[in-house]
Amino acid sequence: MVVRALHDEGVKYIYGYPGGALLHVYDALFRQEDVQHILVRHEQAATHMADAYARATGKAGVALVTSGPGATNAVTGIATAYMDSIPMVVITGQVMSHLIGEDAFQETDMMGISRPIVKHSFSVSRPEDIPAIIKKAFHIAQTGRPGPVVVDIPKDMTSPTERYEYEYPKSVKLRSYSPVNRGHSGQIKKATDLLLAAKRPVLYTGGGVIMGNASAELIQLARMLNYPVTNTLMGLGGFPGTDRQFIGMLGMHGSYEANMAMHHSDLILAVGARFDDRVTNGLDKFCPTAKIIHIDIDPASISKTVKADIPIVGPAQAVLAEMIELVGASKKQPDAAAIKTWWEQIDEWRTRHGGRYRTDDSDKMKPQQVIEMLSKVTNGDAYVCSDVGQHQMFAAQYYKFNKPNRWINSGGLGTMGFGLPAAMGVQMSFPDADVACVTGEGSIQMNIQELSTCKQYDLPVKIINLNNQSLGMVRQWQDMNYESRHSHSYMKSLPDFVKLAEAYGHVGMKVEKYSDLEAAMREAFAMKDRLVFMDIYVDQFEHVYPMQVPRGSMRDMWLTKTERT
Amino acid sequence: MRHIISVLLENEPGALSRVVGLFSQRNYNIESLTVAPTDDATLSRLTVTTIGDDRVIEQITKHLNKLIDVVKVVDLTEGEHIERELMMIKLKASGAARAEIKRTADIFRGQIIDVTPSTYTVQLIGASDKLDAFISALGTANIMEVVRSGVSGIARGEKTLSP
Repeated sequence: MVVRALHDEGVKYIYGYPGGALLHVYDALFRQEDVQHILVRHEQAATHMADAYARATGKAGVALVTSGPGATNAVTGIATAYMDSIPMVVITGQVMSHLIGEDAFQETDMMGISRPIVKHSFSVSRPEDIPAIIKKAFHIAQTGRPGPVVVDIPKDMTSPTERYEYEYPKSVKLRSYSPVNRGHSGQIKKATDLLLAAKRPVLYTGGGVIMGNASAELIQLARMLNYPVTNTLMGLGGFPGTDRQFIGMLGMHGSYEANMAMHHSDLILAVGARFDDRVTNGLDKFCPTAKIIHIDIDPASISKTVKADIPIVGPAQAVLAEMIELVGASKKQPDAAAIKTWWEQIDEWRTRHGGRYRTDDSDKMKPQQVIEMLSKVTNGDAYVCSDVGQHQMFAAQYYKFNKPNRWINSGGLGTMGFGLPAAMGVQMSFPDADVACVTGEGSIQMNIQELSTCKQYDLPVKIINLNNQSLGMVRQWQDMNYESRHSHSYMKSLPDFVKLAEAYGHVGMKVEKYSDLEAAMREAFAMKDRLVFMDIYVDQFEHVYPMQVPRGSMRDMWLTKTERT
Repeated sequence: MRHIISVLLENEPGALSRVVGLFSQRNYNIESLTVAPTDDATLSRLTVTTIGDDRVIEQITKHLNKLIDVVKVVDLTEGEHIERELMMIKLKASGAARAEIKRTADIFRGQIIDVTPSTYTVQLIGASDKLDAFISALGTANIMEVVRSGVSGIARGEKTLSP
């Protein structure tokens, strides 16, 4: 019934790992061909693969893990999806229902463990409920503010000897759950008036534009108004990275011009973004002169940290479309003179400090150069799946994302080990696309066993390992705040990644000189059917800049190791 | 400020733990909590009293509304309402104290619901501050045990909380 329901839901891939409590389900999988199961090497990877599938396609990903350790191994992946509002259905096996609560072999209270990190969860207590529960799980995961849903199924609920009436429901009705499908027209009208009256506006947009499929509307509105656009880490690609109106990412490692523009703005239009602490810096000093319009599907995100002057609860796409209509029909148009002055100011910021790093004469590579090369070699068109650390910030800053759903990273939870399984999930869905895993020698080792899965399913991911032989972001904080006491942030005894890749049956490359980089990278991406592990040695001492000064305002930044605003 | 929040909840396993978990997860405080089934067997009614400023209370109600098992949420303290709590209190009651306790209980319209030669158990129903006042009127010396039900509340007039 589980497999049939998944098939009826239109599921193509499930990522998982078998175990005792799931044997009935795995047997059912064996006896059909519609739903393809991908066997990972660790359950965490199954959840990240399902998660990345959802990030790239917009549809809920599915993971299947057994009870006990299978379920607990999936917890990090569920939390990762929860923090970034990613639709995902995680089916966990459970011990037989009569054993629940008796500390049976491989028993764990998955409903309890996962409770704070799921949008909702179901426990199956009658086999005949399975189709309806699966239907509800997908409905809840994919609508409103998306999120992961856990379905916990005791082994006896899937027993093949029992037969039940099967009917997959066509629709779902839940009296306590009805996500909004449009915004309040009066609020949208008020917001549009305010938007048109602005003299120093900024459009600040986040992951809600990506998952809400509102990129086209955002671009249209931004063009009509000629206002600057900044994206959060989760929102990159929502607006084209090479566009003149794009002023970069904002926040802790945001661009100088984006953070300055936010600080001095008189109006912020926030779309599908949640004013989190990595964006706002010190809340009491946040954007002192700005009025705030906040569009979000989740009412609880509005005025959570920063009070909105005009809150609009609704899906980004529908609300922006309504705004476009109002702006188009309005007699009042933006104050061209004020906007021109505003752009002159932003361009001045841009030329003063925008997007620069220093290179020296040595052939030592800067990590930023590697990302810029990646952007060049792939024409800004690759799916970039990142791990967590300095390399993630460099990728966010220097890769020019021109399309949504191409930048795939663990923004909220910051999960090291996310990158490789994420790249696999994407590559599986888009076999012909260029998929890069931007990682570091720390993160990659957290899920390196998945190189084996890549071999089994021929996933030609390109691993861009920015090897600085240390946990770079930790080291950076230690440099800045702990007088360079590098407590446990460097890695002795790194493996030979080239040999390691080869041992798994892949291609390994070691690049140490910038002059070799372009040719090597082109060679790697030309190998369409091979996984290539590029172990790229970069400057060990590079820091990510700009970096906001803790508890300061948006504009308080370190720009280099010695220079501050 | 103290708020009384009333919640209609699906009568599903785990629903209560989601509500309680929300409060601990988001660092909201719970002063008291009551929960019991309603006339509709599919629904439970839960009353939670909590303390917080307007921003916190707004977040609490928003997050409660987000829970899939939560059907309706209302902050009773926003309007006219009645709150009641039940207390049973066991007291040492011998000598002169025995008569004094009886008098105090009468003043508060409490009932003595269990008697032994040396103890009284008094039942008192009212708003929480009335229960507090009774305890302080008795003084601590005679109190052996206190059990309180937590607050239940309902809106005045024709307003109802229904799915």
